[in-house]
Amino acid sequence: MRSRFIPLLMTLLVFAVMYLFAYSQFSSFGSMRVIGNLLRDNAYLGIAAIGMTFVIISGGIDLSVGSVIAFTGVFCALMIGRNGWDPVLTFVVMLTIGTLFGATMGYIIHHFKIPAFIVTLSGLFLARGMAYVMSTDSIRIDNPFYEQISDLVYIFPDRGRFTFAAAVFLLTLIMGIFLAHFTRFGRNVYALGGNADAALLLGVPVGRTTITVYALNSFLAVLAGIVLSLSKQSGDSTIAVGLELDVIAAVVIGGTLLTGGVGYVIGTFIAVMTLGTIQTYLTLDGSLTPWWIKIVIGVLLFAFVGLQKLLSSRQGLLGVKQRGAANQPSPAQST
Amino acid sequence: MTLEKKETLAGTDSPGRLLKLPKGDSRVVWTLLALLLILLVDWLISPNFFEVRMVNDRLVGSLINILDNSAPYAVLAVGMTLVIAVKGIDLSVGAVMAISAATAVVLIRNYEAGATEFYYQPGFVILITLLIGALCGLWNGILVAFLDLQPIIATLILMVAGRGVAQLITGGQSPTFTNETLAFVGRGVVGGVPFPIFIAMAVLIGVMLLVRRTALGLLIESVGVNDRASYYAGIQARVIKLFIYMLSGVCAAVAGMIVAGEVKSADPHTAGLFSELDAILAVVIGGTSLAGGRFYLGLSVVGVLIIQSLLAGLYVSTLHPTTNLVVKAVVVLAVLLLQSPEFRHFVAQPFRRTS
Repeated sequence: MRSRFIPLLMTLLVFAVMYLFAYSQFSSFGSMRVIGNLLRDNAYLGIAAIGMTFVIISGGIDLSVGSVIAFTGVFCALMIGRNGWDPVLTFVVMLTIGTLFGATMGYIIHHFKIPAFIVTLSGLFLARGMAYVMSTDSIRIDNPFYEQISDLVYIFPDRGRFTFAAAVFLLTLIMGIFLAHFTRFGRNVYALGGNADAALLLGVPVGRTTITVYALNSFLAVLAGIVLSLSKQSGDSTIAVGLELDVIAAVVIGGTLLTGGVGYVIGTFIAVMTLGTIQTYLTLDGSLTPWWIKIVIGVLLFAFVGLQKLLSSRQGLLGVKQRGAANQPSPAQST
Repeated sequence: MTLEKKETLAGTDSPGRLLKLPKGDSRVVWTLLALLLILLVDWLISPNFFEVRMVNDRLVGSLINILDNSAPYAVLAVGMTLVIAVKGIDLSVGAVMAISAATAVVLIRNYEAGATEFYYQPGFVILITLLIGALCGLWNGILVAFLDLQPIIATLILMVAGRGVAQLITGGQSPTFTNETLAFVGRGVVGGVPFPIFIAMAVLIGVMLLVRRTALGLLIESVGVNDRASYYAGIQARVIKLFIYMLSGVCAAVAGMIVAGEVKSADPHTAGLFSELDAILAVVIGGTSLAGGRFYLGLSVVGVLIIQSLLAGLYVSTLHPTTNLVVKAVVVLAVLLLQSPEFRHFVAQPFRRTS
């Protein structure tokens, strides 16, 4: 078996164990209702996490996603709810704004050599700030289109609901997998994250790839914001504060290396479902206090990065320390 | 392409030459210039911005407010500068602030409830809180220095879990307290000047003496530039990293107590929220590279002052408070772009061609 699949298998194993444990405690976990709700409730997190997977595989990071989601929600609420814009037009405009926003961040990161961490941090402030400027109140959206979307649902025999949000989530997942593994862009992203200098020498268009990765991520963040807007039927500038951390945590638990070059979109999906399972379990249980979820996520994060470290050091040359390995190609990759 | 590269290299080499400044000083000058510029704008917005009056034995004025508000961030920034200097990053400081504030307030409430054990005495409470901060730093340090985890992910663990821990300590509540000793840390006044300013200055001067009057500063820079080469040169790179992360944890505990003392309570959700981002921003504005190596403690504090002066200016301006974050984002990006040699070269290029 190829060793690079081990983190992915671990992610799958953890999900299976968690889910079976939850099922043993609450038999409702076996129904399509819980599964449908898991997909629906975590759709926005998952869509954002799929974008972040690309950014992290390319060796970057994007802290602005939570703010972009909030901005999207407020923009849609303001335009559709107050100004009476056509919802589809609003979504297209918003997706364009988001893509340009991400592309600008990518441009600054690549051309002015300012660390991604800091550029996207400014992006976090800017997007959140613009959301505040537009409105500090929660705005309701009363629109027939929104009603139609929420009626657009496939109902399973046990009254489980496969919603529009879940469909967008799964569609994004399929697109993400296709983009990562079956296109030139995907290969460029892996090459860039594996070793940026080598990628440049091999003729990978580093600048264009960087810009596209951040544009794609912001595009998906906007899509996540639209999904959230559709389910909440309102816009609020204070939502999704700190969501980027959950997103990054999901990507890491999904087996993607923060050093770049290694990772799978499907792993991110499984990780998002794992986090969703924990959340649902804690809600159903009721006796466990909500702050435990943060501690559990922390423990999971620790377990996964510990595991990855163990794997990569075992495969590394004996005695050679992996310290400062940021620019070294990961051993898992060279197989 | 090669030609372009050469030009870029020339640009990188001489960021000072662009403005005919001595090469070594350009960073200091740029950063101080940014601070002066923002204060000047503040003064233009509100002509009595620099006015400082004495009210009830306490100095009152925008400048004092800026210094007072800067204090906890300055303390954080000092720790963060050293962490970044060893090629690290500490995302957990906000969560550590919440943990230490929660610890201090829960302990002091026992004292107020009449507990007589010596470790509930206010002095001991402060000591225990500092130890908790050091413990959090120890955890980060072990992950980074001994398990060789990436700093950003190693400290993300505590950042995510830390707020849960803080809620665990307070039982999900935001406990309040009345003890004057602990409150003094955040809202005391000495000679008319708010006490947190003294704390921040003491931390800055103390750490400066520690790293500049001993070889430690040199060792830190060496570890930051190349930890393995430093190790082969006989420097205990891991021990130094561990120590730096512990120091950052202690700084976060100090900042946490300042914040808790200010409002006489500890809110595990909001105490120190986003303060790690502000601290990192201040360090970067101060010119310390995220790539590690050379560091500038004083300029990091200037970076904090820049952010706080900007906010103070926004408060006195007629701009609606909702625009704060936007202006902050734009100014911060402008400062960062000005510091980027590639950007200065990019801007200067059209002018060069004509000459």
